[in-house]
This record gives sequence, structure tokens and C-alpha cells, in this order.
Amino acid sequence: MTATTTKVLEGSEQGFATTKLDSLLGWARKYSLFNYPFVTACCGMEFMAVSSPRYDFARFGAEAPRFSPRQSDLLWVVGTISQRQAPILRRIYEQMMEPRWVMAFGTCASCGGFYDNYTTVPGLDKIIPCDVYVPGCPPRPEAVFDGLLLIQDKIASGVRKVSVVKPRQDPATDLVQINTPKKRTKP
Amino acid sequence: MSKLVLEKLQAKLGDKVLETHSHVGDDTALVAPAVWHEACLFLRDDSALDFDLFVDLCAVDYPQHTDGRFEVVLHLYSTTKRHRIRLKTRVGDEEGEHADLDSVVDVWSGANWFERETFDMMGVIFRGHPDLRRILMYPEFQGHPLRKDYPAQLTQPLVAYRTEEDAGMILDKIAPFGGDEGMAFGRKWFDPPGASPGTGNKGGGAS
Repeated sequence: MTATTTKVLEGSEQGFATTKLDSLLGWARKYSLFNYPFVTACCGMEFMAVSSPRYDFARFGAEAPRFSPRQSDLLWVVGTISQRQAPILRRIYEQMMEPRWVMAFGTCASCGGFYDNYTTVPGLDKIIPCDVYVPGCPPRPEAVFDGLLLIQDKIASGVRKVSVVKPRQDPATDLVQINTPKKRTKP
Repeated sequence: MSKLVLEKLQAKLGDKVLETHSHVGDDTALVAPAVWHEACLFLRDDSALDFDLFVDLCAVDYPQHTDGRFEVVLHLYSTTKRHRIRLKTRVGDEEGEHADLDSVVDVWSGANWFERETFDMMGVIFRGHPDLRRILMYPEFQGHPLRKDYPAQLTQPLVAYRTEEDAGMILDKIAPFGGDEGMAFGRKWFDPPGASPGTGNKGGGAS
């Protein structure tokens, strides 16, 4: 099932190709994601950067925002979910049509972040299922793209396993070494 | 700053002004709760004082105070005379009961939402307020979250959380810091059962 997705493109120069229906649907859905941005907090600024021309997630086929959950299939939960917001988020998720995917954008949406008190839901997975977690406070646009590609992989393969975006750079191992200045020699 | 404001207030209210100071120019007066509304009206209407701008109203919880647990703090500014005052009063007993105070919404209408917030967070009840409802928390919320005796980690979810069987994964959140770090008061793992609050449990990790 995993290798068949490329066969849709291969062999099509002969005029026809064979595949499985699931693979074909996955391949089609993967590049036509309709987003519902549920933006509640400061990560929204980073979401704007991702969606605007400099980073531009339209390149990955996730361009069209739909502000009705009934027309969308990817829910971006961007920012802190307070206890008062929780019923709204739950209702929006329930209004979405199957198949639907959920991305937790940033630390607060993933686990509540540093809010550990009466106000905040400690992670959206306490309320609704989540497919991909993107850590970061806020995450870099590159990390968001990693998350989006993970979602697309899951859509294409049909495997709904929860996954987390890994950091590209580990500060402990990838520290940039700054050269110490050479001693000046007297002319 | 001149002491004019405090002197006029003391001349008007006499021994109902319990305490004053002007540390680094911040004129502050602590008045008895019985004259709270009268003092506010006087500050607004006296032509030499003319406090026409309501700035802020909040409350502080001092569980150790015996003369009133909640200190309600009001900040005022005069746009014509360009002086400020901080007016305080103390209400409530040690259990947090009888925390009643006259509303000043009829003096400055801007106080409306501030008194609602103070009621929501601290449980101070403002007599004569036109619409004393919660403003930040939801109506189902029990208690007042900024009181010192509200458990720091107690949440009251509106939506029932998914169980770990539903989710098929671990949902427990791992605390970002150990039990001996951060704010001690009210943390559930910090005080062993039977110990007096705030004594601490050094070296204990997150429960």
C-alpha cells in the first residue's frame, strides 16, 4: 500500500495506471487540504507567517482556509486553549466532516505549556484526538512544515498514528562554535 | 507630591482614615470600609481634589491579616489637577466571609467591570453593583481562583477529559519543574499530609 502511491504518477505516460482506491483517495486528499485555523493566542502570529508569501504553505497544497468547520478537513489548533474555550473547540471538531485531521500548533496547544493552573486545558488531546504535535513557543515555520508533511504522509498512507515533530537542531550537539580571536601580534 | 490630598481627606473623614503614607510620592490612604463610598464621592466632587479619572480597582489577599483579609485597592487620577491617590480598605474575615463593600459604580461608571473582576477572582461582594456576575470565569466555576487558599492546580473543566483508554495513549502532563521549584503555596505534591502549609518538601519531584 505504501509504494502504490507513486505508481499513480508512474505509468501514466502510457495512458493508464492501476492503483487501489484508498491510495488514490489518499493521494488526492493529501494535496487538497482545507484548513480551519482555530487561532487563540500568540502562535497566531507564526501561523500568519506560515500562510503568507515568505513561507507560504500553499506550496504544499494546504492553501485554502475555510472558516466553516463543515467544509474543512484539517483543524489547526493554534495557541492556548482555556477552559472556557474547550466547549467551543470540542463543538468545532464535532462539526467537521470525516475524514478529518487535527494539528496541535505550539507548546500550549500540545500540552498547556507553562500554564499549570485553573485557566488552561493541559493539551488539546484532553478533549479531542490529535494527529500531529508541533512543539515550540512558538514553533519555527520550518517545524510547521515538518508537521504538515507528517500529516500528508499519514493521509497518503492511511496510518493514524500520533506523531511529534522532532527538533531539527539539538542545541546540545549542534552548538555553533565561536572562534576565539587570535592574539594580536605587534607590527 | 504635595500632601494636599491626604490632608483634605483626613480633615473630612477624621479618624476613619486609619493610615496614610506618601512613600516616593505615592499618596496612599487606608480608610474604614464604612466610609468607602463617602470617601470616593468626596474625592470626586471636591473642587480642589477633582479625581475625575478612575484608573484601577483590585484586591489583594492577606490570609494573615486579622483586621480584614482582603485589601481592596483603588487608584485614581485627576486630569485637571494632575495628582493621583491610592485608596485602600480592608474587608472580610479569616474564612473569607462577610467581604462586603459598597459599590462605587455610581461614582465612576468605569468601576463596573473592575468590581466584577474583583468579585470573580477574590469573592469581594460589592453592595449596590448593578450586575455583579463573574466576568472572566464561567458561571459553573466554584470558588474564587486568586484566593490564597484556592489550590494552585485545581482545574474545573467544562468538557469532560478523554480517558487514557479512549485516547489509547498517555495523557498525563509531566510538570516542567520539580516540587522544590516554583511557587510552593497550594501545590499538591509540595506538602506531605499533616504538615502545615508552606513548610515545603525539598527534593520531592512531581507527583
